Formats: sequence, structure tokens, C-alpha cells
Amino acid sequence: MPRPRRKAQQHLLFEHAEGRDLTRIAEYERVGGYQSLRKALKLTPQQVLDELVAANLRGRGGAGFPMGRKASFLPKPDQTAKPIYLVGNADESEPGTFKDREIMARLPHMFLEGIVIASHAIQAKAAFVYIRGEYLTEFEIFRDSLEEARRAGLVGANILGTGWGLTVVVHRGAGAYICGEETALLESLEGKRGQPRTKPPFPAISGVYASPTLINNVETLATVPKIIELGGARYAKIGTASSTGTRLFSLSGNVVNGGNYEVELGTSLRTLIYDLGGGIPDGRELKAIIPGGSSVPVLSADQVDTPLDFDAMAQAGTMLGSGAVIVIDDRACMVQLGLRVAQFYMHESCGKCTPCREGTRWMVQLLKKIEAGGAEQAELDLLLDVCDRILGNCLCPLGDAAAMPVASYVAKFREEHQRHIDEGACPFGGESSLEGVLAPVDQHHARLRGQIEVPLHELA
Amino acid sequence: MAQGQAPGPVPSGQGLHERIQKIAAQYPQRRSAVMPALRLAQEAHGGWLPAEAFREVADALDLTPAYCQAVASFYDMYHLEPVGRHMVEVCTNISCALVGAQQVLEAFEEELGIRAGETTEDGSVTLRTLECAGGCGWATVVSVDHRYREPVRPEEVPEIVQELRDAAT
Repeated sequence: MPRPRRKAQQHLLFEHAEGRDLTRIAEYERVGGYQSLRKALKLTPQQVLDELVAANLRGRGGAGFPMGRKASFLPKPDQTAKPIYLVGNADESEPGTFKDREIMARLPHMFLEGIVIASHAIQAKAAFVYIRGEYLTEFEIFRDSLEEARRAGLVGANILGTGWGLTVVVHRGAGAYICGEETALLESLEGKRGQPRTKPPFPAISGVYASPTLINNVETLATVPKIIELGGARYAKIGTASSTGTRLFSLSGNVVNGGNYEVELGTSLRTLIYDLGGGIPDGRELKAIIPGGSSVPVLSADQVDTPLDFDAMAQAGTMLGSGAVIVIDDRACMVQLGLRVAQFYMHESCGKCTPCREGTRWMVQLLKKIEAGGAEQAELDLLLDVCDRILGNCLCPLGDAAAMPVASYVAKFREEHQRHIDEGACPFGGESSLEGVLAPVDQHHARLRGQIEVPLHELA
Repeated sequence: MAQGQAPGPVPSGQGLHERIQKIAAQYPQRRSAVMPALRLAQEAHGGWLPAEAFREVADALDLTPAYCQAVASFYDMYHLEPVGRHMVEVCTNISCALVGAQQVLEAFEEELGIRAGETTEDGSVTLRTLECAGGCGWATVVSVDHRYREPVRPEEVPEIVQELRDAAT
């Protein structure tokens, strides 16, 4: 699974991972593991918070909010009558993203050490880790590491003789993309359907069990030991001024060497795709790049020199998101890509907000019609209009996550969409790499059709 | 905890109730245990959740069966209808689709003689598509009884199906 370190990579998290089984506590401690926890426990919670703020670590889950600041929003124990909780968000499911999985599989103790240090910083006595249900192997690895750490007195009651204790409960999801959204995750953790909450109040004030909660992504928490080891100020010197540190990028799609690569923020997409990823296979041409998971606007091939940092991506009209770089070559039909993306969000919409629930369905219907060559000119405009009506009108980002990429495919590849209408057929003539892909929503509808008469307009 | 593994005789009843109580005690509020409880109930009932399973979970957690069903129906990994003894799930999200997931899916359909979303007549295998499994760099990802095989190419499909057939007998 791991790829050997190459020149363009800079390893902070994976510094000692090569050739070592760091899932075993003894091996992890041999390379300095849990030293950051020992160091952090000698600091006051406020001092730990100060280091996190100084590191300016932006959340690695997708939103990119600075972790230290988020942690600072929580009330202190003397300011609230309620318990304070930490939640590790391991519900990785943004299409294209598989980095948290590798962290849990190879660096479970580093993730756990980060959880314990962050819990100390916010003075939590209980932490939950919400792992996506499909990650069975990773759940088992993490559970075993947790048990090892418990036996070593690094988790549980009276950690390292400090008198402070932390309970860690691992909670498995059951297949719902939306539960990666923090408030949906908290609902799910409370034993409910995973539907997002209105914000405010934010989880820092009213999170799980209506108590102050800090919720962070796996990679974010796994970086905490490194910040404590180096000191926040020194960590902040790595990367760019506003995008500090390294990030684990998940590289996939039409690229020779897919996999996770840890590089300094600010490295260019070109370096990732060509120097590390080996470029595009089969002598094909680069057509487009999705730089941050399927929810973000697409980049065209001529934007391949864009640096992988939060601000540069914003300037290029997209987002760094979850760090999932999906490479698309010239074999792919962009209408089919839009359709498959829209089908995903339709399947995963929780149904709470009308623009998202209905809009994603409209998008799928319109894209199917365009792809089949039967769409009127006005229907291409209608597609953009539907996207526009979703954007900014939902409680959580899922609706936007459907509308933004699809609108960007039309904007950047307008001519290709237009040809579907003008020629009355897909210009790829059945030769697109995405031809005929069966989405889970197709499967559900095939079953519905067999059981009951469903009006056509209700079937996407 | 290996949900979806070929289940042996049903270890339901009292054992399930006690196991749910033990899980519920880990949480500040017992209702948080509904998801793990549904998973256990599903394992105990051969991989899916009949009405009886909802009653058992509801009884154990002082909820109503309707509530438990409402939760279960939200999540893809709870099955509200019978499934095969083995579960084959092919990721067809974009990263896998770009490198040929559809061909892998079709190879399974051909080898098993069923369409995606169906179960073989002998009840041994359910085949379905999956939204992004999180193995995009090693596409196509196929989850067999909740263990990932990655990457899987169409020509490797007959061997996987044979393995499942051998395990079923």
C-alpha cells in the first residue's frame, strides 16, 4: 500500500512509517511515539491550545477551518456545567479521498495520541471516534491500538499519573456520506438518522448531547503530536504562510501511480500528478483535475501548475477540500462525469432541505437527458438554474457540493455539453471511459420499477 | 463484529439483549447504542433486519420498533430485506469508474448470473454497487464481505466468485 518516499515528498506524519509496523505500540514508542503526549501533559491546557493556534493548522477534513481557533471557541470547564467532549471524525467518504483510512491503518497510535493531546487541551474527559462503517479493517486496527494504549496507561483513568482520565469510545457508522458533516455525525452518534442540524449553535457550544464538543478530522488530530513535538511556531514555517504544514493527498483516477502522498502545502498539482504519480497512462492527454474531492469545482488541464494550498485553489476558483486529487484524461465525457457526480449526491442527500433533495434529482434527470442527446437548448440553461437555486440555500454543504462541481463542468466544458444537444447524441459515441456506469441510485430505481408503477418524472 | 460474514447458527435472543446493554453502558445516553445494536441484530438474523430484530433492539434500548426502523432505513449498511450469505460490493464512484469499474461490475454480473442489486437464487451471494469505498488510488475497489480487494480487474472476477462458491459449500 505505501509508496516509497521520493524527492518531492516531505514526511511529517509518515516520517518513521516506512518499513515499520507502527500499529504496534512498542514500535511506535521506539520512534518517539507518545513523547508528545508526555510533553503536552506537562503543559497547561491553555499552553497546548496556544501551540495549536500558533501552528495555524487548517482542518484536513474539507472545510479548512483553523483547528486551534476552533478549539479555542469551547468554554472552559469552569464556564460550563456540562461535560466537554472531543469527537474524531473518521467518517471519510468524500469521493476520491482515502487518506484517513491509511492513517488509521498505519498510524493508529499517532491518531490516538492526537486525540488524547487535543482532549487535554480542551479538558475533555470523554472522546468518541466515529469511523465509517465500511472501514472494518481500519476499525479493528484502531480498536486494537486503543486497547494497547489503555494497557500502557496512556488512555483511560489517571493517564500517566496525572489524575486526569480520558475515555475513548469507538462508534461505527453504517453507510451514509452525510455523516461526515459534523452536525449530522453528532446526530448519528446520538442514535438518530444522520440529518444535519441548523447552525448556530455550533458544536463548540452545543455539540454531542447538547454539550461543548470539538470535532476534528483524523488527519488533523494525527498532526497534533507533530505540532507539540516541533512547537506551533516551527510547524507553521512548513508549507506556505496561510497553508501550513504537510498534507496527505489522495491521488486517483487516470494516473499511473495512484495512492496517498504526503507533501508540503504549496507543492504544485503538476509535481503531484507527474513527478509522484507518474503522469497519465496509455499516452493519453490530461483533460481535467478535481483537486479536492468530488464536491469541488473542476480545474482544466492548463491549470495544472496551481499550487496545492488553500488560497491558491480559491484564486483558481476551486477548493483544496479533502485533498483528493482526481485526474481525468481525454477519454472521459464530462456530461457523464456530471451525471455520476449528481447521482452520488442525490443518493446521499438526507432529504431535509428541499433545494438539495429535489435539486439533485432534477440535476440527474437533466443530465441523463443531455447525455442521451434528447435535451432542448433551454434544458442546459435549466441545469445551471437548478444549480443556482441549490447554492447557498441548504442547511449543510451537501447541496452546494452537488451544484458547484456540475456547474463548473458546464462552465469549463460548455462546448462538449453543447455538442450533446446539437448532435443529438454523446459525441464520444459509446467510447467514453465513464460509459454506462451503474450508480447505486440506478439500482434502487431498477428495483422500484419492478415493484410498483412509479410515474416517470419521479424516476431520475 | 464482522458483519456480513457467512453467519453460523443464529445466536439471537438473550445473548443479543445482554450485548446491547453492555454497549449502551459505554455511552452517556443509551440511545447512542442504536446503531451498534442494529448491527448486532442484523448479524444475529442472517445479515438483514426482519420486524423481530427491530422489536429486540427496541426492547433492549427502551425505544419503539418504528424508531429503530427509521434509523436503520437511513443507512446503507442495514438491510431491510434478506441478503445472500456473501456480499459483493463494487465501487462505481468516479475514481473507480474512470478506470473501468463498470467492466468489473459486469464481470460479476456475468459470473454470478444476476444483475447488480440482486441475490443469486441459491441465496449465496448478493451483488450491489457502492458509493465511494475510499480506495480510489487502488481502483477498482471491491468489498467482499466487508473486506476490501483492491485493485480488482475484470479478469480476476471468476476467481473471486469461485472462492465464494467454495466457501458456500
